Amino acid sequence: MSVISLKEPEVVIREKRLGSITGFEGKASDLVQRAQAGKLHECTRSFSQCMNCGSGNALCQLSMIRDAAIVNHAPVGCAGDFFNYNYVYRVGQMSRDLPPSNGRYFNTNIDENDTIFGGTVKLENTVRAAYERVHPKAIFITTSCAVAIIGDDVEETANSLSEELNIPVVACFCEGFRSKIWTSGFDAAYHSIARKIVKPPRKKTNKVNVINFGGSHIFDELLEPLGYEAQYIVPFSSVADLEYISEAAATIQICPTLGTYLGAALEQVYGVPEMKSPPGYGIAGTDIWLRELGKVLDREAEIEKVILREHARLLPQIEAYRKIFQGKKAYITAGAAHGHSLIALLRELGFTVQGAAIFHHDPIYDNGEAVSDALAHAVKTYGDVPHYNVCNKQAYELMNILSKVHPDIMIARHGGMTIWGAKLGIPTLLIGDEQLLFGYQGLLNYAERLLETLDNKEFVTNLSKHSTIPYTKWWLEQDPFFFLGRNQNVEVY
Amino acid sequence: MSKFIEQPRYSCALGAQQSVVAIKRAVPIVHAGPGCSGKISRLIGQGEGYAGGSTIPCTNSSETEIVFGGEEKLNTLIEGAFKVIDADLYVVLTGCTADIVGDNVESVVAPWQDLDKPIVYAETGGFKSNNYVSHEVVVNAIIDQYVDKFCNDKSKIPHLVNVFATVPYQDPYWNGNLEEIKRILEGIGLTVNILFGTESNGVKEWQTIPKAQYNIVINAWSGLEIANHLKEKYGTPYIHFPYLPIGGKASSEFLHQVADQMKLDVKQVTSFIQKEEEKFYMHIERMADFLLEFRYGLPRRFYTILDASYAIGFAKYLLNELGLLPARQFIVDNTPKRFQDAIRNEFQHISEFRSAEVVFETDCGAIQESIAKDENKSRALILGSSWEKNLAQELKADLLTVSAPISHRLVLNCGYAGYNGGLRVVEDIYDRVLDTYR
Repeated sequence: MSVISLKEPEVVIREKRLGSITGFEGKASDLVQRAQAGKLHECTRSFSQCMNCGSGNALCQLSMIRDAAIVNHAPVGCAGDFFNYNYVYRVGQMSRDLPPSNGRYFNTNIDENDTIFGGTVKLENTVRAAYERVHPKAIFITTSCAVAIIGDDVEETANSLSEELNIPVVACFCEGFRSKIWTSGFDAAYHSIARKIVKPPRKKTNKVNVINFGGSHIFDELLEPLGYEAQYIVPFSSVADLEYISEAAATIQICPTLGTYLGAALEQVYGVPEMKSPPGYGIAGTDIWLRELGKVLDREAEIEKVILREHARLLPQIEAYRKIFQGKKAYITAGAAHGHSLIALLRELGFTVQGAAIFHHDPIYDNGEAVSDALAHAVKTYGDVPHYNVCNKQAYELMNILSKVHPDIMIARHGGMTIWGAKLGIPTLLIGDEQLLFGYQGLLNYAERLLETLDNKEFVTNLSKHSTIPYTKWWLEQDPFFFLGRNQNVEVY
Repeated sequence: MSKFIEQPRYSCALGAQQSVVAIKRAVPIVHAGPGCSGKISRLIGQGEGYAGGSTIPCTNSSETEIVFGGEEKLNTLIEGAFKVIDADLYVVLTGCTADIVGDNVESVVAPWQDLDKPIVYAETGGFKSNNYVSHEVVVNAIIDQYVDKFCNDKSKIPHLVNVFATVPYQDPYWNGNLEEIKRILEGIGLTVNILFGTESNGVKEWQTIPKAQYNIVINAWSGLEIANHLKEKYGTPYIHFPYLPIGGKASSEFLHQVADQMKLDVKQVTSFIQKEEEKFYMHIERMADFLLEFRYGLPRRFYTILDASYAIGFAKYLLNELGLLPARQFIVDNTPKRFQDAIRNEFQHISEFRSAEVVFETDCGAIQESIAKDENKSRALILGSSWEKNLAQELKADLLTVSAPISHRLVLNCGYAGYNGGLRVVEDIYDRVLDTYR
């Protein structure tokens, strides 16, 4: 278990805190075994393609706090994702019936001069301007490689501006070079919220924190009859909402890779029980997850009724889908742990999962509970995945594998990956809203989309006839893990 | 000192990776932190292209490279890129980490160049400039380190021109614009190295850059460094047309300027221009009655929040050929001071009867606040980016997204340059306007 310390300005990166890795190839069961025995070694690739960085993931969670402003202390290019998250924010406003508004994001626009003389004055001016312009309830400062290397004291600047402006001005340390695991950016964002925004509870409430990306509000239907209220965090929360997430009755995570740090922090520091089971994807997974929820919320009898009712409604429909999907081969590329959930879903529906390329692997989460291991759950419940590959968005490996295994369907969770399936004429499905797949109904929703995708061959067939492939013939004939230094034991990146 | 920016519309120096992606079968090799390349693709890279987006090789520099230097890792990456990526040109670009730490990239790339590999490098650490500037740096690097070497016979070919127009991908309509520019220049008898996009012949075309009789810069300022460089290096003179020519008037002026300077065959030039104008004005005439008669409200004044080349181009076109009046004009591309007077002058003489005020400002949050304070007494048209969607709604204004970031349109070969582009502007503006009615 990692001990949460809210006194430190920075959260330790996942490689060191959890022992997470970004390179592996072998059987999923082998990875689980080695991870649980604490015997994971990082592999480094001698050829790699561009990844993501922590600052993007930090912004992903901070950018949609409704009354906060963001100051990105960086050269202007680091703000390249501003509009992206603003777009996500605005689309989310539509489904929540919120008035349209832009996120308020500022970039300090560090130039060559600042790299020599330091950029803290510019940072101060930007924070003050953001305050004047927006009157936010809090300002989050996200850092960058450039300001970290030149050594700007962002924490000190933030603290003195906090006093001056009388609102929390919070440094969030998420510079890209620190970690190969960009989900460290989620931890950085949550750390900044936990240490400077969240207050000790005044009382216990009937709210249940749902740590999520801003997907649909599927938990209302489940929690309301049980006498609880879902509180979706962090996107679309206000600063005031976040102040008292410490009062909640429990914390649910849509994906432990997203919420591991915040879930553990709320439990360790404020005693908010965190749901430990992997998120409820697939029938068996949902059963386990719901039973834990029943225990945590003291609603065990009610939950048993839900399980019975839903099984009766669902099972015949699922059986019909299983007949259709039986023997169909799927390949998955996604982030952990949602990728693990997708493995469970596909297996539940009768697919053969040929292999998976999952962006990283956390051997354990911050709560230190082996039961939270979503991959272990998938392997135990549904069997092994023979070709399991930990691969941080390396399209060249994916392309090599796909051209050899040629699955009936490719499942992707993130952008930049789907095109490779489609270029090979493989029907490819990306679902952005992970909540849509959650629980019993989620399985049905997924089955429907899978059927539709398998059925829709025309586009990919035609595209494959006219596509160019930017990879050499030589490469496509190699072992996909040619560049993965399997014998290099690098403990910490 | 540079100022902070709310709502950025351009990228850092490394943003020139998109200029490389825009060259057929060329690939950037990025020596930078792990997130840089993707953030650039997200801002200005709609569609991966051949080897952009997730294909781009990158060292994904980490703490190790910051502390011990990243030269070795870069060298291994280059070696891998040659094996894995099937490309004609490899362009190594550095990010902040490499440039602050002081990696000697030249020493890594030079041995590969000695082997005659098609590889080039440029220092593009994000903090050094922005992608309008580094576009020039990268193009000049390709000329010096690749073109010069692979162009054995540098004798001039009459009527061959190199075109440097808007910055690819930073201009969301770059490909369509280049197609039209090439078409009209061919129309007056030129052979055109368009260099980027679908109408280019890739690196083979780049190899003939020194052989051009003239360079043509169609931009307020970005691209002049390339033309000056080529003038020094190969003695090639250049023609500077300081904005994007949109519609009949500007396109003809542009072609006349080129034809005059290059002393082209007057008969061919005149006959082409006449034919194009006839076609263009037939369409404009056909819809002039609509502009005059439509009873339910059309925009009557326009704001531009664009880069200099687009701002002048649109302002001239909308005023002179469509009768919209300029409200305030904002130029958001961080135009270097030395070019600002010339741009102000263009706005001073925006038409025969009128001059318009222009403001240079990169902090677009400030621009939006300032526009929101204007008296909003007649229907306005905003030429801006997706950031303006909210402002347009609040002001009940019409919005044509011309500038990055564009998230509310999918752009393929749409272009606003030239005669055809001018017609497309009319269609696109009034498509949005008419769509507001029940």
